[in-house]
Amino acid sequence: MDFVSLFGDSIQQAIGPTAIVYALAAIGLNIQFGYTGLLNFGQAAFMAVGGYTMAAFVSTWGLSFWLGIVAGLGLTAVLALLLGIPTLRLRADYLAIVTIAAAEIVRQVVGSVSLKDWFGGQDGLQEFSDTFRSYNPFSDRIEVGTLVAWSANDAWVMLVGWTLVLLCCLMTWLLVRSPWGRVLKSIREDEDAVRSLGKNVYSYKMQSLMLGGMFGALAGFCVALRSAAINPSMFATDVTFFAYTVLLIGGAARVLGPVVGSIIFWFLITFLDLFFSQATNPSSGPLIPPSIMTETQASLMRFIFLGLALMLLMIFRPQGIFGDRKELAIDAR
Amino acid sequence: MPAETNLPTNVEAATPEGLERSRAARAALKQVETEPGAKKPDPIVIADNITRTFGGLTAVDVEHVEIQRGVITALIGPNGAGKTTFFNLLTGFDRPDTGSWSFNGTSLNKVPAYKVARMGMVRTFQLTKVLAKLTVLENMRVGATRQRGESFFSAMFAPLWRAEEEANTEKANHLLERFLLIKKREDFAGELSGGQRKLLEMARALMADPELVMLDEPMAGVNPALKQSLLGHVKSLRDEGRTVLFVEHDMDMVRDISDWVIVMAQGKVIAEGPPDSVMGDQRVIDAYLGAHHDTALTFEEEERILAEAEKELEEEAESND
Ligand SMILES: Nc1ncnc2c1ncn2[C@@H]1O[C@H](COP(=O)(O)OP(=O)(O)OP(=O)(O)O)[C@@H](O)[C@H]1O
Ligand SMILES: [Mg+2]
Repeated sequence: MDFVSLFGDSIQQAIGPTAIVYALAAIGLNIQFGYTGLLNFGQAAFMAVGGYTMAAFVSTWGLSFWLGIVAGLGLTAVLALLLGIPTLRLRADYLAIVTIAAAEIVRQVVGSVSLKDWFGGQDGLQEFSDTFRSYNPFSDRIEVGTLVAWSANDAWVMLVGWTLVLLCCLMTWLLVRSPWGRVLKSIREDEDAVRSLGKNVYSYKMQSLMLGGMFGALAGFCVALRSAAINPSMFATDVTFFAYTVLLIGGAARVLGPVVGSIIFWFLITFLDLFFSQATNPSSGPLIPPSIMTETQASLMRFIFLGLALMLLMIFRPQGIFGDRKELAIDAR
Repeated sequence: MPAETNLPTNVEAATPEGLERSRAARAALKQVETEPGAKKPDPIVIADNITRTFGGLTAVDVEHVEIQRGVITALIGPNGAGKTTFFNLLTGFDRPDTGSWSFNGTSLNKVPAYKVARMGMVRTFQLTKVLAKLTVLENMRVGATRQRGESFFSAMFAPLWRAEEEANTEKANHLLERFLLIKKREDFAGELSGGQRKLLEMARALMADPELVMLDEPMAGVNPALKQSLLGHVKSLRDEGRTVLFVEHDMDMVRDISDWVIVMAQGKVIAEGPPDSVMGDQRVIDAYLGAHHDTALTFEEEERILAEAEKELEEEAESND
């Protein structure tokens, strides 16, 4: 068992581009679900709209990258409006249903054959990252000791990505300590009470949905730019559920919850994956004999153990890493 | 508990103009006839032909009612009379099937609840709605209307709203003091007892500086000593020049503080008037206790009723044969 590479690779994932993507997506969900109590089960749709708009602007229509970014953010806001207008006056469950459906619709539309000229069908789009990469200050691989190493492109995505994460956290922090954030939290607790105090609940929910969706768009940009390609499979339903997992691990309604959650989530999932694949690798004298587990079974073990870890977390620390147990206990009354 | 009883019960916040106005308003009530739907000299709320049905049940069917400005009006009636539903309709939390109503002369048809509150008509709920995971102080701060920091763009720049927040905090502290919740300031509202929640909700409604305060059973579950001082607070609201409309089942309280009483039964306004005259009103007693409750049956009458019933049964049996 090669523990150095085991830890090295896990850390690499834990602070790498993937963790950034999920941190951003979860920061958006944190605004919507953590603070406002809105159940958005279609964060993948917001990511897809952001990522695809940017990609299609550059590679399909030959427009500027920056215009693509602005349009991506704008269109996610429009998506939020479209989903919010019919549902935000209703009970919370309706938004959940509509967003799940929206995520599937968006994924089917961008992958459809009839729109292949625009979005490239199942193959998706490439060649939209030149502008982004032209600003890359790194020219070599970035290595930290022998433990971790990133390509120059990944390093650039990480620099930009973590800066974005930081800015989003800062913005969240500024917002949730303000009277605006207080209204969001109040809506989560009791909409009617907030209405009776003269606040336009509908408008605040819409603002929350739009803001969280735009954070999702940032995650969508990162997904596309880190692999210099975009395709429908990057926005499957499990993306949203992983983002929720990330949020719950870190602790909902905590500014840094999504960030810590994402780091832990990706560390664990990589660690478990590598551990079981090494432990069952037949060429290196397997730690776990094939009679118990074969190499093909091992690849599934990470999800079993991740599920187990989640269950333990929910039982012993239902409030997440950062959450306040006392606050959670109030629900019980 | 002496700490609870030697509260400043009254007029601490009263203004001379407010006092004067409320005195005039009460004096004017003396001229009002005591009939359901009576016209008031200076109404703040006027409602016409309000009906609301739930399936086959007509919960509210109010032909005409006016609420006098600057006085304390009690809305009483047996359980299920439609008082809460009427509150919901007036404040935009529910839509009536028919009818029109206005506040300060402005029609409120189709006006959403939050706008009604902003216009100065703030209500509390029979089943308290505190914001459980916010502290008591935060609950109070939410109550203040038209806060600059509540708009998205200025929210991120604290200097824009800090002064306002401090003013609101001071006001909140003052109210919490009045409602004996100051020690609970930093606790989660979800940790308060049922009665404390009532108090918090009332205090929070006052953060909005409402012109008309609508309280749905404010005293339910509040201990008697505290009740006395709360009565004082409600009176002082009037003395500040506000109008109070409250629903209450406690007749002592109704008699003690209200200047005018409106009685509802089965969705209709059945009587109106000053507390003493209303409580002696036969229609009101009937509504509460059911008709013919007060004529104790004599032996002969009982016999007669029994005989009649038996005869009816016999007739029925015969016709069935
Ligand atoms: N949402 C609803 N759906 C169906 N029926 C309702 C609804 N709300 C109220 N009702 C009915 O309307 C009638 C009036 O109810 P309401 O709550 O207004 O009574 P109330 O006068 O406030 O009584 P209480 O003194 O017990 O609070 C009741 O018969 C009740 O069953
Ligand atoms: Mg009621």
